[in-house]
Amino acid sequence: MATQTNNDNSSTSALLASQRQTTTGEYLQNLFKQLRTGNLGVIPILFGWVIIALIFQTQAPAFLTAFNLTNLIVQMAGVAMIAYGIVFILLLGEIDLSVSYVSAVAGVLLAMGMLPPFNVPWFIMLPLALVASTLIGLLHGVIITTFQLPSFVVTLAGFLAWSGVVLILIGGAGTVVIQESAITSITRTFLSDEVGWVVGIIAIVLYAITSILSNRRRQQGGLASKPMPIIWGEIVLVALATIGFVIFCNSGRGMPLVTVYLIVFLIGLTYVAQNTKFGRYVYAVGGNKEAARRAGIRVERIRVYVFMLAGFMAGVGGVILAARLGSVATNAGGGDLLLNAIAAAVIGGTSLFGGRGKVYSALLGALIVMTIDNGLGLIPNVSAGARSIVTGLVLLAAVIIDAISRRQQQRTGR
Amino acid sequence: MSTQPILKTVGVTKRFGAIQALTEVNFEVCEGEIMALVGDNGAGKSTLIKGIAGIYAFDEGDVFFQDRKVTINSPRDASQLGIEVVYQDLALADNLDVVANMFLGRERTGPFARLDEASMEKSCVDTLNSLAVTTLRSVRLPVASLSGGQRQSIAVAKAVMWNSKVVILDEPTAALGVAQTRQVLDLVQRLSEKGLAVVMISHNLHDIFEVADRIAVLRLGQMVNVFERKNSSQQDIVHAMTAGRLKSVPGMAVE
Ligand SMILES: Nc1ncnc2c1ncn2[C@@H]1O[C@H](COP(=O)(O)OP(=O)(O)O)[C@@H](O)[C@H]1O
Ligand SMILES: [Mg+2]
Repeated sequence: MATQTNNDNSSTSALLASQRQTTTGEYLQNLFKQLRTGNLGVIPILFGWVIIALIFQTQAPAFLTAFNLTNLIVQMAGVAMIAYGIVFILLLGEIDLSVSYVSAVAGVLLAMGMLPPFNVPWFIMLPLALVASTLIGLLHGVIITTFQLPSFVVTLAGFLAWSGVVLILIGGAGTVVIQESAITSITRTFLSDEVGWVVGIIAIVLYAITSILSNRRRQQGGLASKPMPIIWGEIVLVALATIGFVIFCNSGRGMPLVTVYLIVFLIGLTYVAQNTKFGRYVYAVGGNKEAARRAGIRVERIRVYVFMLAGFMAGVGGVILAARLGSVATNAGGGDLLLNAIAAAVIGGTSLFGGRGKVYSALLGALIVMTIDNGLGLIPNVSAGARSIVTGLVLLAAVIIDAISRRQQQRTGR
Repeated sequence: MSTQPILKTVGVTKRFGAIQALTEVNFEVCEGEIMALVGDNGAGKSTLIKGIAGIYAFDEGDVFFQDRKVTINSPRDASQLGIEVVYQDLALADNLDVVANMFLGRERTGPFARLDEASMEKSCVDTLNSLAVTTLRSVRLPVASLSGGQRQSIAVAKAVMWNSKVVILDEPTAALGVAQTRQVLDLVQRLSEKGLAVVMISHNLHDIFEVADRIAVLRLGQMVNVFERKNSSQQDIVHAMTAGRLKSVPGMAVE
């Protein structure tokens, strides 16, 4: 570090330039340098997934089939939605242990509201259930900020209380069935081959347009931009991956509709996190609360909003989970759900220490967690206990990697 | 240097329970001037600054800004007047890059509530260039990866970016090595050359004698004396800090 500063000082007279037009060669060189210094981005996760997939394939030939993998997407959708909300919570350096039962509350409300004696139509009950889960998040946030309590404790209380609410609501029935096809079709719809292609092509075109336009905007603004060949290279990679995905899905039942929902939320929430003041403030509060406060950011308000967002996403996840099962039972929200959702965000690379992480980490992490769940389920004679152990070990590995990379950053920093 | 003070406190007093942190302190700083504020630990330097910055209110006394009596109830009021404070503990978010830190809380946005990164980055680069803070490799580096001097420079640049007229620095060089202290002192000098009024709290007399125009000495919550740097020595200051005459134990009028 010391030598670095000296080097910098030697060029003191030069003005800082905002425009850094890198050539393709320089860009690739930088990229490799980053990779070598351990800034690997999503590579370890994807690599990890490939290894896990290969292990399962040797044990259970049914694993790498289109049928199973599209099913996996449906299985992971609920967890991924909940984990999207958890990412924002973790960015603040907080935790929300209540999301699993909040998701169950949304599921129960939706299911019961559509049944007699209420008979509320789904298009009213669905938003109501989401509003309810958002209000629960609001309640948690207000309690945490008003009394300055650790989110851990307040949401733990929520975890217990909301599980009780689920039990009481469902009551003696044991299970509330969802017959409304508008709801069950959320997870049971598989796109036809043609629609699958249309969706894939729209995704590729949208990606290409936003990528080119945002790079052009940076160029026009005189900011560092990527060389065009790199932009095109990325577009080709995305296109190939998307096409491969569509072909693979189409070779089975087709692309699950929830894929579209997962991507839409991914894009929307990523925009919120990366491109809006709110997102910037979430990172700032997670990075240095005092700095955020002195910058005039209403820290407590941001925290409350984030708990509301987590409640809302828990609601979305709950609706998807309820739709998949076609019912909500007294055990809804229990089991591994909470830990899977938190593990997903962390395994995907969002730091537990606040301030570092991306929305997509929820999706990648959910993929890993649910792959383990799904794969071990295919292998005969593997107990639920073994599943939990493996998931726990993967989570541990992810947290260790997080801690190490944090220390590394501090070392290369200051 | 203009002789009209831009910021002035008249007879400000602050008590914390039984502790008399400030007693009838008169303090001023002029445009283009670097006013050092010195004193032993617990002399009341931070208390004076925090009162001016609106972190808490003085119990008695008035604050004048450009000859108008003002009431500063919050840090926001202070920044609206053009008073910015760079606190000892920096107040930068390590995980954000330089641009994000410089604009924190005052981001520019475009359509769809989208942050206008291009325009912010440009202004950030312009400000840093105008202050000759040019040792950064890129304004897109997270602040965590910068050296202490660079971080301090960013904190100062952040304070001056908003058309501020008075910049108050609390121990800006305390945590820095020789070369980095140099960087920051040069920067402080440039602020005054740009016509800003600078108040610099420091324990380091060497640094102070290098840049300050005047030196105000606080002792036990009272303003002992204000020295012209040209007409004083380090001994004078040390003497004032440790044994300067106090107006008093209440009731006993000296001076
Ligand atoms: N918030 C506070 N509550 C109670 N006492 C305080 C508070 N802030 C400062 N003091 C007291 O006021 C006096 C002046 O403190 P301070 O302004 O921090 O001194 P300096 O910055 O010159 O070292 C000290 O005796 C300190 O203990
Ligand atoms: Mg102090």
